[in-house]
Amino acid sequence: MSAPAELVAVRDLKCVFDVSKPWISRLIDREPRRLLRAVDGVDFTIRRGETFGIVGESGSGKSTLARMVVGLLRPSAGQVLISGVDMAATRDPLARRDVRRRMQMIFQDPYASLNPRWRAGDIIAEPIFAFGRGAGGANGAGKALGKVKVQARVDELLRLVGLDRADGRKYPHEFSGGQRQRIAIARALASNPDFIVCDEPTSALDVSIQAQILNLMRDLQDQLGLTYLLITHNLAVVRHMATRVGVMYLGRLVEIAASEALFARPRHHYTRMLLDAVPDLAMSGRARTPVGGEAPNPIDPPPGCPFHPRCPRAAERCKHETPLLRDNVACHFPLDGPESQGRSGER
Amino acid sequence: MTDPLLSVRDLRVEFATRRGPLVALDGISFDIAPGEILGVVGESGAGKSLTGLAIIGLLDPPGHIAAGEITLSGRRIDNLAPAEMRKIRGRRIGMIFQDPLTSLNPLLRVGEHLIETILAHSSLTPRQARERAIALLDEVGIPALEKRIDGYPHEFSGGMRQRVVIALALCAEPALVIADEPTTALDVSVQAQIIAVLKKLTREHGAAVMLITHDMGVIAETADRVAVMYAGRIAEIGKVGEVVREPLHPYAKGLMAAIPTLEGRLARLAQIPGSMPRLSAIPQGCAFNPRCPEAFDRCRVERPPLLAVGDRSAACWLYDRGEAPAVARGIEARR
Repeated sequence: MSAPAELVAVRDLKCVFDVSKPWISRLIDREPRRLLRAVDGVDFTIRRGETFGIVGESGSGKSTLARMVVGLLRPSAGQVLISGVDMAATRDPLARRDVRRRMQMIFQDPYASLNPRWRAGDIIAEPIFAFGRGAGGANGAGKALGKVKVQARVDELLRLVGLDRADGRKYPHEFSGGQRQRIAIARALASNPDFIVCDEPTSALDVSIQAQILNLMRDLQDQLGLTYLLITHNLAVVRHMATRVGVMYLGRLVEIAASEALFARPRHHYTRMLLDAVPDLAMSGRARTPVGGEAPNPIDPPPGCPFHPRCPRAAERCKHETPLLRDNVACHFPLDGPESQGRSGER
Repeated sequence: MTDPLLSVRDLRVEFATRRGPLVALDGISFDIAPGEILGVVGESGAGKSLTGLAIIGLLDPPGHIAAGEITLSGRRIDNLAPAEMRKIRGRRIGMIFQDPLTSLNPLLRVGEHLIETILAHSSLTPRQARERAIALLDEVGIPALEKRIDGYPHEFSGGMRQRVVIALALCAEPALVIADEPTTALDVSVQAQIIAVLKKLTREHGAAVMLITHDMGVIAETADRVAVMYAGRIAEIGKVGEVVREPLHPYAKGLMAAIPTLEGRLARLAQIPGSMPRLSAIPQGCAFNPRCPEAFDRCRVERPPLLAVGDRSAACWLYDRGEAPAVARGIEARR
């Protein structure tokens, strides 16, 4: 790897949705605009070859973040740099096209993300055609590929994800959920990307199938040197897959840490709460910390630290002053030292 | 050993199709003792929800019970007339469904749901029913009650709605609550709260629970005993601790090993090759044999019954010691 270690850099990324009523109703009711800050100032970097996990509950903005990173959604503010190229700002269509080729996305629902009227082989071949002509890529998806070559590439991709080349003739409805997700992965790999954004890739799947897909993702990462951004609500999946993890709450990253450290010594009270809430398979009799409340409505977040109404450690300061992500944790009173022993200490 | 509250014997559910009957559940036998929480786990299509629906008599045609019997407190309920069954449903057996938004009527206030149910099953006056509804909502932990009882379901968050549904299921003090994926639609932090409410209430009301879920963690946290289902059959049934720590059936073993945990980053998760067979193509012999690493000749020909192994039962020929099957001898020891 000759390129710089940093593959993706996200700088102060924001996404604001205007959820106001029509202006005339606002005028009559004398209501101000209502803005939903789905993602509110997120910063992180992803190093080449690593798996960066983002966990959070529903409504925390993790999927919005994923869509902005791949360029499906235009950020309201901030930048996404892929190898130093800002796709939203760059004027050079060739550079933009190359960035697009180099990143792909795997979606949550394999029933919705494949066109039911296309054969699996055509679905997988589409990115090869889309990126094969014109600009193309340096590796693999070269210029104007012949049909035979495309077919060979599709067969190779099918084999790579553990399907048979005969499966390329079938339609999506003939596959099970796990097999469909394999097709979605093959399609994502078709343009030879180096960065793949996975938005809840296994949450629609059963555990035994989830294990197959997670193993496949890990194998592909080892073989092809892929970099993943893994968005999920499942802490165990993040624990298993990610090298570094960011925890999101109400549109903000509240903690970023290496996976080991995060699970052994969470520093933000929200992270701690999430870890405590996970059902315990080992049945060590660990008492769950009772957690009150639910994540508030992102249209009307509490002032100050967004977590303060649910936080056991909340003080007066937390109600007024929003903590910034400093030293990788956004908390005025982070859990450090004796207060935080981590799960392993309780066994 | 107390008499079981619910007893299911050799339940077989079929769907009539043009190509002949499709067997969706086959040879399902288990008991639930009063106050006990029985977890039912399995992957999608294993027949977990169908088992629940068969018990409360809500199978949609063409599905029907083809064989076996279901008894509640010693009384057979699988062959009751619809009107009789309606009296049992709600009063004796409460039901909690997965999606709390679709199980509440969006046009009815939350209080109306409860009051309607309470009035249907008791002889209380409307005023008493309202008081009882408020008491129930208080029990499931809904804050600011006086204001919220007249709110509509859409004004409640997912976790609050599920609390309402639990209150609704407990309205008539049922002896058995069937909870079908009660926490699946919820976030982890809320899931933990709902599990706590479910456990507390069933303990206080002395209700038995059949907890259907695909989440082994929820079962480990909540249930006393667990039944692992595969392709419409029970693969293993026993105390939760034993099944989770040392599963016997190769499918249960594979399932437990496939679950990623918070313990650490493993090199690879164990995986079971292939996927569950379709109902129309359940293999001969043991339904799991094509995916089973320990399958031998007998597994491909002869279907294993539930065999007793200590306190547990597993439907696997590995545990055949020439004894009579567990079901024939009575029921595996409880607790």
